[in-house]
Amino acid sequence: MSNVPNELKYVASHEWIREEGEGVVVVGITDHAQDLLGDVVFVELPDVGAEMSAGDDAGVVESVKAASDIYAPLSGEVVAVNEDLEDAPEMVNSDPYGDGWFFKIKLSDTAELEDLLDADGYAAHCEAES
Amino acid sequence: MVHKTALHAQHQALGAKLVDFSGWDMPLHYGSQVEEHHKVRQSAGMFDVSHMTIVDVAGAQARSFLRHLLANDVARLEKKGKALYTGMLNEQGGVIDDLIVYLMTEPGASGEWYRLVVNCGTRDKDLRWMADQALRFDVTLTEQPELAMVAIQGPKARQRVEQVVSESRARLISELKPFFGQESEGWFIARTGYTGEDGLEIMLPEDEVVDFWHQLHEAGVAPCGLGARDTLRLEAGMNLYGTDMDESVSPLEAAMGWTLALEPADRQFVGREAVEKMKAEGAPRRLVGLVLTERGVLRGHQKVIVEGAGEGEITSGSFSPTLGHSIALARVPAGTADTAEVEMRGKRVPVKVVRPPFVRHGEKVFS
Repeated sequence: MSNVPNELKYVASHEWIREEGEGVVVVGITDHAQDLLGDVVFVELPDVGAEMSAGDDAGVVESVKAASDIYAPLSGEVVAVNEDLEDAPEMVNSDPYGDGWFFKIKLSDTAELEDLLDADGYAAHCEAES
Repeated sequence: MVHKTALHAQHQALGAKLVDFSGWDMPLHYGSQVEEHHKVRQSAGMFDVSHMTIVDVAGAQARSFLRHLLANDVARLEKKGKALYTGMLNEQGGVIDDLIVYLMTEPGASGEWYRLVVNCGTRDKDLRWMADQALRFDVTLTEQPELAMVAIQGPKARQRVEQVVSESRARLISELKPFFGQESEGWFIARTGYTGEDGLEIMLPEDEVVDFWHQLHEAGVAPCGLGARDTLRLEAGMNLYGTDMDESVSPLEAAMGWTLALEPADRQFVGREAVEKMKAEGAPRRLVGLVLTERGVLRGHQKVIVEGAGEGEITSGSFSPTLGHSIALARVPAGTADTAEVEMRGKRVPVKVVRPPFVRHGEKVFS
């Protein structure tokens, strides 16, 4: 079974969210998602400064097997992207919750955090999907 | 009913991600297909290909039967052990399957026989077709389902295999020429493969394959799955049956023209008339290589647009781990020159049109 850390929040489209404080969150894709994709070879990230609404397209992950859209899990402004993924996209596979992070969002509405899944909820969602 | 090879438990123990492949539960990868790919290009990897179908053809008319059945000509096999790549065509000149045939005896010897290795996904129709075609020949067709098959590929492959086999097999391997196979103590050892690297394909009894696999693993040969097998063969510009060609496609439109032995002109093989007609008229499409050096990955079934010539389609596309960008095989209009565009995720992206292969012996080979 894939790794679903308890301290993170999730959305059904397989992104994870970590609160960094001061209304900023870090976003990546889950261990389950990277396992389904297989070896990641390109990651297309949003521009820093882009305004996102929850559910907007925020980029693309291309693996050897398939291309998969990434969605903004929450609304706000993109304040940082993980530029290291340009040269080392395989970090999405090797460390999905750490070095393989995608981007950071400064939230415009922290109340949206209430809509996210917790680890148990996300694990149950993956179970139901399989 | 799901088929399992004799190595299935080994794949599970090695943590393979198993997938259904034409009814067989086969390893896709053992962690990272890209790492497995690099292992084969740089040292040695091994693939369980026991799902492939082995058919032995014997009998007084074995040679004339195969000269009728296959588009390439087994009369070109002038030495014992020599291998030949060929299509098996239908009357319309479409490809029923592609296969390798080995001459197992001295040419023209009494008791001359051949070994064919065909695709697993086409097994049933192949066996039916061969049996039908064999009716008017004095031949026997014998499937060998109890033989396992392991492909060991990479610049160090032969050396690693020599380390773990008997002295006489090791000697055979050190002397074996490319595209030849020989029997040794119940194993059939061939210097063939599907990766564009040096290496071996070994057919051996199922009850010996588990030990052999373990010994290879201990000698440092990396287990590799079907994922790496696919990117390796794509870099090598080798067709995958069912993807790059099928019964609706002529060898002339699948970069297999070189496998059509039209001389001697009086050899009547199945599909000859159709391919000769297409050749005379000019094939409307051809199979080419595409190269995308910017980001993104070319995928099967994406549309190819060729200015002034029409449209085509990608048949196989992926990321090339060796080159670090995407490559593809595509069937395009005959008039295609050296550039095209591919419709990818709603955008048109320019690509270079090249003649495959893309990679041979670890190095980029197109320009």
